[in-house]
Amino acid sequence: MADLVTFTIDGRQVQAAPRTLLITAAKQAGIEIPAFCYYDGFSLQAACRMCLVEIEKTPKLQVACTTPVTEGMVVRTDSPQVAAARKGMLELLLTNHPLDCPVCDKGGECELQDMVFRYGAGESRFVETKQHVDERQWSPVVFYDKPRCILCYRCVRVCDEGLGVGALGVGDRGSASEIIPNRGDHLECDECGACIDICPVGALTSGTYRYQTRPWEMDHVGTICTFCSNGCKTTLGVRNGEITRANNRDKSGVNGEFLCVKGRYGFDFNHHPERLTAPLVRVNGKLAPASWAQALATVGKKFAEVKQRGGKFGVIGSNHTTNEENYYLQNFARQALGTSNIDHRRTGDVATLIDALHGHAGALATTADLYTTPAALIIGSDLSQQHPFLAWQLRANFRHHQAKVFAITSGPIREDRYAAKTMRAAEGEELTAVESFREHLAQQKSLVILFGDSIKGDAVRKLVAFGDSLGIPVSYVPLVDYSNSRGASDMGVLPDLLPGYHGVREAGLEPGLAYDAILSATDLDALYVVQENPFAKTPLASTGAFVVVQDLFLTETAERADVVLPAASAYEKAGTVTNVCGEVQKLKAGAKTMGAKTDLEIMGLISKEMGVSIGIWKHDTVFAEVRKSVPGYNVALPVVETGGAAPTFPVNGRVPLEDRPDLISSDRNTLFLSGTLGRYSKMLTSVLEYPGKLYGQPVETELEMKEAQNT
Amino acid sequence: MTFSPALEERFAKLLTSYPAGRTRSAVVPMLLYAQDELGWVSRELIEEVARRTGVTAVQVDEVIGYYSMLRRHPIGKHLVQVCTNICCMVVGGQDLFEHASKTLGVGHKGTTTDGLFTLEEVECMGACSWAPAIQVGYDFHHQVTPERFDRLIEGLRNAEAETRKV
Ligand code: SF4
Ligand code: SF4
Ligand code: SF4
Ligand code: FES
Ligand code: FES
Repeated sequence: MADLVTFTIDGRQVQAAPRTLLITAAKQAGIEIPAFCYYDGFSLQAACRMCLVEIEKTPKLQVACTTPVTEGMVVRTDSPQVAAARKGMLELLLTNHPLDCPVCDKGGECELQDMVFRYGAGESRFVETKQHVDERQWSPVVFYDKPRCILCYRCVRVCDEGLGVGALGVGDRGSASEIIPNRGDHLECDECGACIDICPVGALTSGTYRYQTRPWEMDHVGTICTFCSNGCKTTLGVRNGEITRANNRDKSGVNGEFLCVKGRYGFDFNHHPERLTAPLVRVNGKLAPASWAQALATVGKKFAEVKQRGGKFGVIGSNHTTNEENYYLQNFARQALGTSNIDHRRTGDVATLIDALHGHAGALATTADLYTTPAALIIGSDLSQQHPFLAWQLRANFRHHQAKVFAITSGPIREDRYAAKTMRAAEGEELTAVESFREHLAQQKSLVILFGDSIKGDAVRKLVAFGDSLGIPVSYVPLVDYSNSRGASDMGVLPDLLPGYHGVREAGLEPGLAYDAILSATDLDALYVVQENPFAKTPLASTGAFVVVQDLFLTETAERADVVLPAASAYEKAGTVTNVCGEVQKLKAGAKTMGAKTDLEIMGLISKEMGVSIGIWKHDTVFAEVRKSVPGYNVALPVVETGGAAPTFPVNGRVPLEDRPDLISSDRNTLFLSGTLGRYSKMLTSVLEYPGKLYGQPVETELEMKEAQNT
Repeated sequence: MTFSPALEERFAKLLTSYPAGRTRSAVVPMLLYAQDELGWVSRELIEEVARRTGVTAVQVDEVIGYYSMLRRHPIGKHLVQVCTNICCMVVGGQDLFEHASKTLGVGHKGTTTDGLFTLEEVECMGACSWAPAIQVGYDFHHQVTPERFDRLIEGLRNAEAETRKV
């Protein structure tokens, strides 16, 4: 590291790395310099002039947000001149500001309020009538109230640099300046709401939250997004048991402040009017509401009877339920029901990767690695659509560290714009195409390879062999679809593998029927489906089978069931989930739906009805067992308990799996889709961009990515 | 969007007039030339210029907001700009504007009902030596008196009537 620079600030001598911006150096020294437009991680703007400081030997006040510290610099942030400047800047910002704090969404957590409270003047010298412009709606998500805007351009930069969308700009000049959307009077964008959350004032508000509540009336519950596999932390604002907003302004979690439209606004499925709140039991051919006691007794009795006569069970687990529930489910199937016919919808080939990586240490990349890796290769995924947070990480890595991104996809993707090299190859042909990147890849210090569902079975082994042949450290991310797709695989919701990728034969069992065989078996006696919707695509062949479904909604599968049990959502329970990179994170219950129970509790109660004991159905207890018995899951408890992400280290040996690439396929969700669950979010289905498209990058957004100067 | 062959030719030349990767430099001239042909900058034109220059629509929008010579609304056939800035003002520019307003029957940025004229009060046009100055379309008229102004308008009206006859 280069020598430190010594400078004086408010009479104290302190040191900082050369080229550190004054605003950052001051912060490191414990001195706050107020700022609106300066924002960590994005390009410098120097627009608000809130950060003016006095620098000796410089005639005028200087902006601390773009001035690097230099040796011997003498800075004052506490002089009367600086105080007067701050007051003056705030007075100017308030010239046309409506001061409608009593009704403003931001009231109570507004940076302008805070600044005026701390540095401002109680009176304004302006007596002119304030310019008023009516509020505008740009999309179901985004509303803009111009008079409140202080033109800090944070929204413009987060959308352009952070998201790579560039949907916002600045229109007009002088006091008429305002933020403008990309389609004249409306937005066509990711609808992620990053611009709304980053806005220091209430100029941008969301269709979901506006005028709903006040920030201090909510409980703030940090949990994990239940949609895609990226595992973003989302902080639910909960009032009276109902979620009113989701954001991550405290930047906790792997994702910092990132959230896509699903994480920020998709939560409304939770209080959708069609949520199931009572069990349903089929009587005379029709599903009718029943009490929990009746429903559980019906299921328990039937399951016990089928088991007793040696009937055939099928069990289909979920991509959204917790690790504990998945672990418990495979126990329930194998012990309580005595069947190996258990599977889940496999959306990526995790098991083959783990097998192919035997003997490799540290070959699974974490989400944090994506921000630091010198190079990454994307194969067969429209990353910004399917894995929004991973795409955000790579973009930030490029802006801050000039990471080299390579991509081989079947169509144009957002990453093309800044990638070092991209290539089009039909699905399944990617591994032939990758050879032409060999020379470039081998020159990198290390590489992370992210691959989609077209790389499965043998192709995964070939990919790992290719990685090995590069002669540099390579790590992998097997892209899977949902919030706990990875966990379902790790926890052995598979016909041939037990938790931790142990073969069932090790436990003296025979592999059972896989997903497709369960659905096509004509002699199935009972089917147990936990938060999954297989019949949306494939009908059940066994017409006589007794079907039990646990779900939030009356899905196509639930409609065919004999008993439907209302399940709690991920936002209503504790427990852990494992993200696409194999990091374990903890859910925290925020909301509550009357009548619904967690899948864990339901399984426990059914086994009790059946008169078998497979352990206590408490998340903490099951997690303790998972940590103890599942290889790789002996994660640091303090990390998980305090809301951190603990990486798992699965087996480092051969996995005795049956290659079934035909069973692996991604649901190809776009930014606005998420399997069955997404259908129940009014916000997701109401945006103009719904349902979105993969590989449909419009030509017009071929803007060059900027590398930010401030790192 | 399609333009006249002459304009298309101009666009093609524009796109090769800047260093590689700098087609965004063509945004302003493209907008100006297209505005001359279409009379104003429509939403469709914004998207088209964005597409042709490889920038986003919102970036084109930003440029239009910045330059007052780019118009988002159709105007009359002749844009009559009267300078009321200091040099013109001291020799009757303000009175001239008021007279123009009376003659045309419209105020600042107003368009006559026949769609022939749009009046605008403007800042210095760099014709101070010949104040008071006005501009009609791209033509300058120097030391304009109310009488000369009326004759000019009369002439344009007559010319229009002529073309309508044929
Ligand atoms: S919602 Fe997201 S994509 Fe849309 S303008 Fe805001 S930051 Fe950009
Ligand atoms: S809308 Fe908000 S974030 Fe955007 S410039 Fe205005 S104040 Fe800043
Ligand atoms: S990227 Fe995935 S995990 Fe993150 S907010 Fe979006 S859907 Fe949720
Ligand atoms: S923070 Fe320095 S000018 Fe805005
Ligand atoms: S002041 Fe009128 S042209 Fe200069």
